[in-house]
Amino acid sequence: MAMSQTKRVLTPVENTPTEIAVSARNITKNYGAVEALKDLTLEFPRGQLTSLLGPSGCGKTTLLKIIAGLLKTTSGEVEVNGKAVTGPGPNRAFVFQDFALLPWATVLRNVAFGLELRGVARSEREARAEKYIKDVGLAGFEQSYPHELSGGMRQRVGLARALSVDAQVLLMDEPFSAVDEQTRRKFQEDLLSLVQNENKTFIFVTHSIEEAVYVSDQIAILLPRPSRVSEVIRPSGFRNKGIDNIRRDPEYLDIVDNIWASLRSYVE
Amino acid sequence: MLKRSFLLKLLSGVIIFGAWEIAGRIPVSYAFPTFIDSMIALFRLALDGTLFTAYAETLEPLIVGVAISTVLGIGLGLWIGLSKFFDWLVSPIFIVMQSAPLAALIPLLVMAYGIGLTSKVFVVCIMAMPVIVLNTAGAVRHTPESIMEMCRSFLGSRTDMLLKIIIPAASPLIFAGLRLGVSAGFIGAILAELKITPTGVGDIITFSRSIADYPTMYAAIFSIIALAVLFLNLLEMAEKLLFKGNDLGYVSD
Ligand SMILES: Nc1ncnc2c1ncn2[C@@H]1O[C@H](COP(=O)(O)OP(=O)(O)O)[C@@H](O)[C@H]1O
Ligand SMILES: [Mg+2]
Repeated sequence: MAMSQTKRVLTPVENTPTEIAVSARNITKNYGAVEALKDLTLEFPRGQLTSLLGPSGCGKTTLLKIIAGLLKTTSGEVEVNGKAVTGPGPNRAFVFQDFALLPWATVLRNVAFGLELRGVARSEREARAEKYIKDVGLAGFEQSYPHELSGGMRQRVGLARALSVDAQVLLMDEPFSAVDEQTRRKFQEDLLSLVQNENKTFIFVTHSIEEAVYVSDQIAILLPRPSRVSEVIRPSGFRNKGIDNIRRDPEYLDIVDNIWASLRSYVE
Repeated sequence: MLKRSFLLKLLSGVIIFGAWEIAGRIPVSYAFPTFIDSMIALFRLALDGTLFTAYAETLEPLIVGVAISTVLGIGLGLWIGLSKFFDWLVSPIFIVMQSAPLAALIPLLVMAYGIGLTSKVFVVCIMAMPVIVLNTAGAVRHTPESIMEMCRSFLGSRTDMLLKIIIPAASPLIFAGLRLGVSAGFIGAILAELKITPTGVGDIITFSRSIADYPTMYAAIFSIIALAVLFLNLLEMAEKLLFKGNDLGYVSD
């Protein structure tokens, strides 16, 4: 008894792996008459990657933009590190599905743009941008313009921009949906090592079941009409068996099958 | 690339002037001189200095009018594009201005402002401003939603949004409006000289027509078109210099 009480007191102080970085409480969001989200509650553990998985139109982007502070809720609230979200903040960075790059700016300026908006001096922000450009594998393309890059490279620019502002929470809206299959697999592997190496919380939207199971510590399955979290799955067995073995792992295959079984009735 | 577009321009010039020469030799009309005669007249105008004193007069209302239209037009256009209320309040004025028969308004302007510079500047502005305003406003309204969202999510202020997102994104359309506006301004400047008081190039046109010196008349008309084309090319170069990556289209499309 005494022991477990001590533990409970200590829990919030220690950085236990289950500490909650972001929590969404009773979120309802209406667009006019359209109920995009209804009474949705979900928690995102710190340092882990949580996927929002569901058929299109079920409100994944809406939820992500609410967490980003880009959209207001109709009711309910989001907390990041225990503080209610009222708008965009320095603790969250967004990776956009359509990259959202400035077509008139070089890769270097695009990556440094988040820092530029924060008023970081030019030499410092460019030095930091250059580091992240290297990290995402775009060294040598600093002076290229976005139209000169492939889709995959453009998304690396978007990722480097989000990483360079060093936010604790990374919000990614179907970041790999516009890149080809090979690039996508490479991205997924890179994302896994990113989650391991950077102590950041990732919230990752996808409509691909395999992708979600492959990269996630936690998968929240969203179902439409009305949109809600129907299930939270935490794959645990295969995560440290090495990235090459995940796709052959029985648990991986089982989870993919189960998710498909619960989603198939929503797909016309 | 540049070489090729220059060659194409040269080719289209040769075709047009060739056609002009042939039409002048047939002749299509007694009042239609050949290209070569017109160029000789132009050369004479330039040699005796008439051309330059004329342009000194013509360019004054033109430059003042185009400058006012550019600054005020882009400013108003930005404001209209950003504010629904201001759009509702002001847009109709420019839509009416754009479709108003200018020739019918000139007597009113002369009554109000006399026959001096003011009236002529007004004519240039009425011609040039609407397209600049409406193009700018349209461009601002169509700023891609996703890069605006990106700016907000990375904590951009309203000023950042305007200066770093909206204006650069709108600049190709603003420049397109500027080009149309400047061409219209040239028309306005000449129209003012023909309809208010014959001064400058308008005077050359009116006078040479009255004494049936058609080569000189066409030389004056040609010179103003050439000047307009030159000016538009300069504008295009300025745009290329200012917004390098912008003619490359949107990457997210
Ligand atoms: N700006 C908007 N206005 C009206 N309805 C919207 C708007 N954005 C999204 N919706 C609706 O809300 C629902 C959820 O959209 P979204 O969050 O984009 O879904 P997802 O990202 O899962 O595909 C959809 O039915 C969509 O049509
Ligand atoms: Mg979406």
